Amino acid sequence: MSLLRRLLRDPVAALGLVIVIFAVLVAILAPWIAPYPEDAFESHLLQRLREPSVEFPFGTDNLGRDILSRVILGTRNALAVALSVVLASTVIGIPIGLAAGWKDGWLSDILMRLTDVFLAVPQLILALALGQLMAPGLGTAMVALALTYWPFFARTVFAETRRLRGALFVDALAGIGAHPLRILLLHVLPNAAPAILVRATIGMGFTILTAAILGFLGVGAVPPSPDWGLAVAEARQYLPEAWWFPTFPGLAILLLVLAFNLLGDGLRDAADPRLRRSRR
Amino acid sequence: MLLALPALLGLVVATFILSRVIPGDAAATLAGDAATPAQIADIRARYGLDRPILEQAIIHVRQVLTGDLGNSIFTGRPVAEEIAQRLPATLELTFAALLLSTLLGVPLGLIAALDHNGPADHLVRLVSVAGLAIASFWLAIMLQMVFSMELDWLPLRGRIDVALGLPPRVTGFLLIDCLLAGDGRRLSSAMLHMLLPALTLSLPGLATIARFTRSGVLETLQKDFVLYARAAGYGRFRLAAIYVLRNAITVTVTQIGLLFGGLISGAVVVEAVFDWPGLGTYAVQAILAADYKALLAVTLVVGVVYAIVNVVVDVLQAVIDPRVSDGTR
Repeated sequence: MSLLRRLLRDPVAALGLVIVIFAVLVAILAPWIAPYPEDAFESHLLQRLREPSVEFPFGTDNLGRDILSRVILGTRNALAVALSVVLASTVIGIPIGLAAGWKDGWLSDILMRLTDVFLAVPQLILALALGQLMAPGLGTAMVALALTYWPFFARTVFAETRRLRGALFVDALAGIGAHPLRILLLHVLPNAAPAILVRATIGMGFTILTAAILGFLGVGAVPPSPDWGLAVAEARQYLPEAWWFPTFPGLAILLLVLAFNLLGDGLRDAADPRLRRSRR
Repeated sequence: MLLALPALLGLVVATFILSRVIPGDAAATLAGDAATPAQIADIRARYGLDRPILEQAIIHVRQVLTGDLGNSIFTGRPVAEEIAQRLPATLELTFAALLLSTLLGVPLGLIAALDHNGPADHLVRLVSVAGLAIASFWLAIMLQMVFSMELDWLPLRGRIDVALGLPPRVTGFLLIDCLLAGDGRRLSSAMLHMLLPALTLSLPGLATIARFTRSGVLETLQKDFVLYARAAGYGRFRLAAIYVLRNAITVTVTQIGLLFGGLISGAVVVEAVFDWPGLGTYAVQAILAADYKALLAVTLVVGVVYAIVNVVVDVLQAVIDPRVSDGTR
């Protein structure tokens, strides 16, 4: 709780939190608050490429769909993708980090070299390759993103585990005969939680951005999904006349990623003042 | 450099395994839709795709070690040749972006730190947070829309005016080739073409550099020698430019090396939007054609470039800050 209080004392981080909460509400309530919820799939060719107006505040796209509605409906996709990817990455990355950080030795070496190799592969190229070879689609994009993001969690948890394994309370636990697994899961992991939370928050923003890139390049979401990246790609051939078509989906990406980044920075400062300088 | 070798070898093996275990049949793609199973089998045998995967991996690693990257499955031409053709375009773009982000990011970070918690500081922080949150493909398209389509100030796509054509190829770096040819018109055209892509690509780096310079300068300003120099009567600007920046910049230089990986990924997107004939567009083509030979080579070349850049950065750091090399830091 004190973490939240410290976080709210930082106005910039609080702003990030407010935007994230707002986006989550929008995502949950999307079908009810979107002015034209059926525009996720339907098209109305008679009203294509209309300028922003009272009727369509963000204008309409090449198939006459209300862009505001599609931006609202797209929030759900963006958040769902990011959340799944980050969760999947923690499931892979955390056990690897714990195992590698607990004891030095061949297992630790192999795990961390493996992590390094995945870190050295240009993330976008790997994601693109996987996305293409496994038949493009949102599911594939998510697998690809999780496969490229877990090393960051492994790295974070590895560093935390190494830091904590020498702590006095860990020695005490080992002394009274606690099983290493018990120490790792019940004592080391909770202490590493703030660092994991910070990494996860920044990972949310990063994943939304990368997922949008995959959508834009045609290996992520497929039409007629109301995906933000896809919308910007579809808009290209109607420029410069239909300026509103790419502008609003792009602003949605910017706002949501910005919010997660601000929140992540704030969390880092609130969770551990010592980490303040090691900003990434 | 030697330390980078095991990681590179791991990279070669890992990308190979990844490219072969995931579904997607290069032979079928190459043979086309109308091919008979016999033709596909024939192609598979010709490229050694019918052998056990471990054997393929060993053959692949041996070939790479002898400098043979193989032929593109798609075009049939040597991959090394195709990459050599395109690598300079990407390097030119990424170096230009790196230069822009350093030339803009360091002063911004310095100004922010000297105006700690003032208006300039807040502005720079906003720019640096937004710079990391903006989608590069979107920024690129918005810049194109405003500066190329509406205002018609800058070219929309490509490396040089098509009517002028390329200068004689010497290095493959267009700006250098134009200079060598003494061709002012081509040089200015090439520079104008490079402006928007380089600017787009530079933004995340600019944000990171501004941020690290700011925190580095703030930290250095707390040091005793700064207090001494102030007491000795050094002006604010002179102090910052000569003493503080040099002490603060090492952190930034490390970041520049780390940024390079992101720049290559960013280049894939920026090249796609601006039709830049570099490695990024080549990688996307290779991916779309399931040309795993080309893709493996691109990944490897990128890995090598990344390793080289980081060695250069280490050396640079030792030059700027002697304490790095004699370990007293």
